[in-house]
Amino acid sequence: MAKKPSKKSEPKTDKDELLSYYREMLLIRRFEEKAGQLYGMGQIAGFCHLYIGQEAVVTGCRAAMKDGDQMITGYRDHAHMLACGMESRGIMAELTGRSGGLSRGKGGSMHMFSTEKHFYGGHGIVGAQVPLGAGLGFANKYLGNGSVSLAFFGDGASNQGQVYETFNMAKLWDLPVVFIIENNQYAMGTSVERSSAETELYKRGSSFEIEGIQVDGMNVLEVRDAAAKAIKHARDGKGPMILEMKTYRYRGHSMSDPAKYRSRDEVTKTRSERDPIDAVRHQLLDKGWADEADLKALDKEIKEIVKDAADFSLESPEPDPSELWTDVLLPVEG
Amino acid sequence: MPEMNMIEAIRDAMDVKMSQDPDVLVFGEDVGYFGGVFRATAGLQEKHGLHRCFDTPISEGGIVGIAIGMAANGLRPVAEIQFADYIYPAYDQIASEAARLRYRSNGDFTAPLTIRTPVGGGIYGGTTHSQSPEALFTHIAGLKTVIPSNPYDAKGLLIAAIEDNDPVLFLEPKRLYNGPFDGDPHAPAKAWRGHKLGDVPAGHYRVEIGEARKLQKGVDVTVLAYGTMVWVAQKVAQDLGIDADIIDLRSLLPLDIEMIEKSVNKTGRCVILHEATRTSGFGAELAAQVQERCFYALEAPILRVTGWDTPYPHAQEWAYFPGPKRVGNALRTVMEA
Ligand SMILES: Cc1ncc(C[n+]2csc(CCOP(=O)(O)OP(=O)(O)O)c2C)c(N)n1
Ligand SMILES: [Mg+2]
Repeated sequence: MAKKPSKKSEPKTDKDELLSYYREMLLIRRFEEKAGQLYGMGQIAGFCHLYIGQEAVVTGCRAAMKDGDQMITGYRDHAHMLACGMESRGIMAELTGRSGGLSRGKGGSMHMFSTEKHFYGGHGIVGAQVPLGAGLGFANKYLGNGSVSLAFFGDGASNQGQVYETFNMAKLWDLPVVFIIENNQYAMGTSVERSSAETELYKRGSSFEIEGIQVDGMNVLEVRDAAAKAIKHARDGKGPMILEMKTYRYRGHSMSDPAKYRSRDEVTKTRSERDPIDAVRHQLLDKGWADEADLKALDKEIKEIVKDAADFSLESPEPDPSELWTDVLLPVEG
Repeated sequence: MPEMNMIEAIRDAMDVKMSQDPDVLVFGEDVGYFGGVFRATAGLQEKHGLHRCFDTPISEGGIVGIAIGMAANGLRPVAEIQFADYIYPAYDQIASEAARLRYRSNGDFTAPLTIRTPVGGGIYGGTTHSQSPEALFTHIAGLKTVIPSNPYDAKGLLIAAIEDNDPVLFLEPKRLYNGPFDGDPHAPAKAWRGHKLGDVPAGHYRVEIGEARKLQKGVDVTVLAYGTMVWVAQKVAQDLGIDADIIDLRSLLPLDIEMIEKSVNKTGRCVILHEATRTSGFGAELAAQVQERCFYALEAPILRVTGWDTPYPHAQEWAYFPGPKRVGNALRTVMEA
């Protein structure tokens, strides 16, 4: 059932495609760096989980999705929204808790949504999004709309009981859902080894007859190809697959993280040897698809976008006090 | 006496019990190696060993369920649920198993476990990191629910909870960990250092479950509060010059109804405070019991000041929090009645 990656030929790509992945990943990184800065300046309060280091996962997955396919994830969600094409302004303004935020300040960093972009959140409760993801798949199947849902969750979340209830139902009913485990090796301060009897998470579906694949989550092309395979599998009516993305988060779990659970060396080494953006950058330069000047120009353009988002997020007014009572339930017409 | 903040007092209670009783075990998410997200268990693994203070996977249902089995088989587990907002997967185990074991087995089996969990807002945690779900638990027969408001009570109550032969839910108002918070988020944070309830005796002592604390004596109005709201009440009463009889419940179930009854019969006025949502909140239970016992002594309707009936918002946290202004209005209203 579950299999490790076999060494295969290099994934195919072309100039435009690779540049677009580079751009997407860079946007995520710069956005997250800016969010980190705003947090440091006291403009963002509460929780704020950055995706830096994991950019290839969501970028590769998104590249394999078709229009209408859905995404749902946990609280480390800014990148997923950017990948879905949601406005960087609205995301940043939700982080700063302003009326221009995607949830008008109700949700904060962990809770944002867009039906238009098929992004189903943004969930603060670890693992809770996984059954929801399968439910999206159920509806796709029932409605016969041909769409597939992608449910993202972490290595830590993979130990929640409801994940296994979901695996069983998803396979029992062959739901068009793909389970994507973003294994960044830590759940807060707890490593996979300290929390998991089976640390090869792609095997977690074995007893449900769900095929699992382990993927180099730092390689955007490998991610894309694995996602394409799993999405096709689901769309063809063969049910769910599990993709274990081996990845790494460079920053702390949230913003206040003493980081005593891992060595600085480990972080530096991963950054210098496995960085997903550097890898694509080298590829672009090696193949002659871009030169330093092109990449500099791109970086500048992205910095502008992010700056604009940050400016917006600071200028946008505080939510109106009346917002406190909206959207609890549909108002009863009287 | 050693000065402690609430985190240190809670840690000290576990340390004291672990030192005295080899059957006391402490575990939860990030509790062992990392020492807990609020540092409540820092150092316990080094001191008492990996077999007595350890990490669990993110599996709240499993954590509590396993703790119940341990407790039924002779141990005294102290399980941490990292935030009360994560306790719902364990609700089934708490409601259907922990709280019912004694009754179902005619007293043959009990589940003497303690579940510690932080509650309340004040850190911009939004809907999933700020809730006060105490009423969901006080509604369960067979379970005790306590909530200290200061380091002294935290330590004594936690020791009493660990020694208790029934399951106890121990709620920790996270906004009070580092100091008494009187409801003004813009005022400089106060520390427990120098506060009389930050003086915490070394070693073993108990604060009995079921006994409220008279925070201050007064004759004008009875204020019933617990957790963070206790300190808001005190500050507001002081600012308004109202001589309030402030009762820090400390223990919601069992409830020290005698102290409450005596107080309301004396003052004839009662204001109830909690941070949790209003409808079916614990304040409703308090109001019912007060009117059942003190109806003829009452000179004004009982008022509740609570969180709104909405999820806990992120940005508008302080508009949700039943802060000094709302508390002040209620106190003035009952005084004028
Ligand atoms: C039910 C529940 N339990 C615990 C938490 C607290 N918590 C938030 S994130 C987290 C770690 C999750 O790690 P992982 O699934 O690996 O995701 P990552 O943070 O690495 O992206 C924990 C324990 C929570 N939000 N919800
Ligand atoms: Mg992780």
